[in-house]
Amino acid sequence: MELFSALNISKQFSGHRALDKVNISIPEGSIFGLLGPNGAGKTTFIRIINQIIAPDEGQLFFNGRELNPNDIYSIGYLPEERGLYKKMTVGEQSMYLAQLKGLNKHEARKRLLFWFEKFEMRSWWNKKVEELSKGMQQKVQFLITIIHEPKLLIFDEPFSGFDPINASMLRDEIIAQRENGATVIFSTHNMASVEELCDHIALINNAKVVLDGPVRSIKRNYRTNTFTIAYNSYEGSLETILPSEYQITAESVDHDLRMASIRIPEGAGPNQLISALLPNVSLHSFSELIPSMNDIFIRVVTEKNSEPVLQV
Amino acid sequence: MHKIILIIKREYLTRVRKKSFLVMTILGPLLMAAIVIVPIFMATRGNEMKTVEVIDQTGIFFEKFKDTDNIKFHYLVSDIASAKSGFRKTGDYALLFIPKTEVSIPTNAILYADGSVSINIQSYIRNVMTKQVEDMKLEAKLKDLQTDKKNPLNVEDILRSVKTTIDVNTIKITDEGKEEKSYTEINMVLGLFAGIMIYFFIFMFGSQVMRGVIEEKSNRIIEVIISSVKPFQLMMGKIVGVGMVGLTQFLLWVVLTFAIVTVVTSTFTGKVAGRQTAEQSIVQNAAKYNPDNLPLPDAVSGKKVQDEGVNKVFEALNSVNFPVMIGAFVFFFIFGYLMYGSLFAAIGGAVDSESDTQQFMLPITVPLILSMVMSQFFIQDPTGQVAFWFSVFPLTSPVAMMIRIPFGVPYWQVALSMSLLILTFLGTTWMAAKIYRTGILMYGKKVNYKELWKWLRY
Repeated sequence: MELFSALNISKQFSGHRALDKVNISIPEGSIFGLLGPNGAGKTTFIRIINQIIAPDEGQLFFNGRELNPNDIYSIGYLPEERGLYKKMTVGEQSMYLAQLKGLNKHEARKRLLFWFEKFEMRSWWNKKVEELSKGMQQKVQFLITIIHEPKLLIFDEPFSGFDPINASMLRDEIIAQRENGATVIFSTHNMASVEELCDHIALINNAKVVLDGPVRSIKRNYRTNTFTIAYNSYEGSLETILPSEYQITAESVDHDLRMASIRIPEGAGPNQLISALLPNVSLHSFSELIPSMNDIFIRVVTEKNSEPVLQV
Repeated sequence: MHKIILIIKREYLTRVRKKSFLVMTILGPLLMAAIVIVPIFMATRGNEMKTVEVIDQTGIFFEKFKDTDNIKFHYLVSDIASAKSGFRKTGDYALLFIPKTEVSIPTNAILYADGSVSINIQSYIRNVMTKQVEDMKLEAKLKDLQTDKKNPLNVEDILRSVKTTIDVNTIKITDEGKEEKSYTEINMVLGLFAGIMIYFFIFMFGSQVMRGVIEEKSNRIIEVIISSVKPFQLMMGKIVGVGMVGLTQFLLWVVLTFAIVTVVTSTFTGKVAGRQTAEQSIVQNAAKYNPDNLPLPDAVSGKKVQDEGVNKVFEALNSVNFPVMIGAFVFFFIFGYLMYGSLFAAIGGAVDSESDTQQFMLPITVPLILSMVMSQFFIQDPTGQVAFWFSVFPLTSPVAMMIRIPFGVPYWQVALSMSLLILTFLGTTWMAAKIYRTGILMYGKKVNYKELWKWLRY
């Protein structure tokens, strides 16, 4: 079941095309990574979801029907370019923004106090925003984003500006939000956090979706049939041991252990590699080399023009 | 609708609570009061001897006007026509004429003068006359009472029947010997005041709107907010909220200025004329005739005579069509601000910082400043071509029309000017909304007019 889907979305700005027939579906309850190099069109897409700007073409669906203006109450958005009124107090400002998201005064106060208590921010209530550190401000912003318990949460580079402790707290909170039934869209350059959190991704490059699907199957698709081994050699080198069509892509030595990455031809399996190795080496470890999201990202973006859209 | 109210409330409250608002609220009236009070103060200090010629046809006030430190009274025994023609040659300050009335009690007097007569002298004359007439009335009344012992003495009744208002009209004698009841000065002051208020209001609060927009852009809260409300709602909420701050400040200024001026002038004129309020003297006199020593009502001793300075202004104000004046002021005040406010908001949306605003500010400020610079032409010739076109062109009409209105403007011109202003307001708001909507999401881009033109057509 999809919570949100975009069908053939295009957006033209005076100088360039920001989005070109973009199709993205976001499964309910997923943490969805929206990836892409700078200027690819991610922010434009996010602004279209938030109805800040309207697409020139295409359709948007939310919760099984067409997106309508009231859906902004079901969306929480933490933009990349985010800030607060510096001269306003934290409490007053949080109340204001919570009410703009459709909460009544009473409800807004109740929920804010709950979260301020939980995040140990109670003493900040009457402070002006300019008195808070950047990390503290980010916490306030995060809290305001989730205060109306939206179905869809959109975070644009949420971890920038957080120290490791607060970042891990934020990560736990994002996961907790998902456990509570929220769907999360996550736009970032930080591939490690994508690897850790996302179960679906879409990669946008030059206004087009170039890669899209569950993280696991994308990784499987980008396998290169390469295995890494750690071994002790009796004698001779791997080249002499292995058949010639087996390609050694990397080798190294770590104390008494040797390491190597071996790419085997299509059709061959790991067992064949192992049986070729076993008579000649003592094998300490054997694993398939799964490409990291980082590798996939770089590969897809640098090969951008040659490759057709890969649908998984 | 609910959200636009939230926005208005925030814009309003955050500004009204600022220290600078409080400072301005106090400084403004002090400044304005000083403008009103200083001339009065100077007038009371002027120790130049002034001679006032008196023609008293009633004979009641003979020798009643006592010379003071700076006023000398000179009684003439001639008819008014020859006195007026002679007046110009003597170089005296003013000519007081108290005409004979049908009923025995005089109620008015005319002051002829070259220019305007100082409020001090007017109030002195009015005081003397009022006191004299009231004394006469009181004496007559008390005589009646003594002959008619059946009626008990009622102080309040006596006070009411004795209370007298004397009108002192000022008439200007021009060089040609013509007389005109000249209210031009008041018209000019009123018009200029209204024009300056609008000018000031638009500039001050228009640029506050602009700064508010730039603030939201530069502290990067804008995107969070417009994911909850439409950019148009945010823009209008800000314009209306800031406008209400301006109205609040304006009202506080009017009330405080009025309070300060009233308090200060009443102490001044009271001291200078050395007058005893009429009621007080009546109370003293009445006590003499009060056989049973009835307690006097407290209200009597606390009463004050209406301020003479204010009297004179009110008198002149009668020549102005007030419903039109006030109606027009409110209209041009509000719509002028809304029109300019939307333009200021658009500029704020288009730039990244206040230092980038220069090139866009120019076309907005030029018409406003021009309408102020040209104001002397509007006053010299309120019905001329220049005045007409400036008061019809929407960017200058709020100021120019207000300067003209006290002189009397044909209704069709006012209507034309107002409808053009409303149309322009709708146009600028539509335009501003487009520029604003695009601009608030743009960072780090040097925007020029070509760029703005593109945004308008999105």
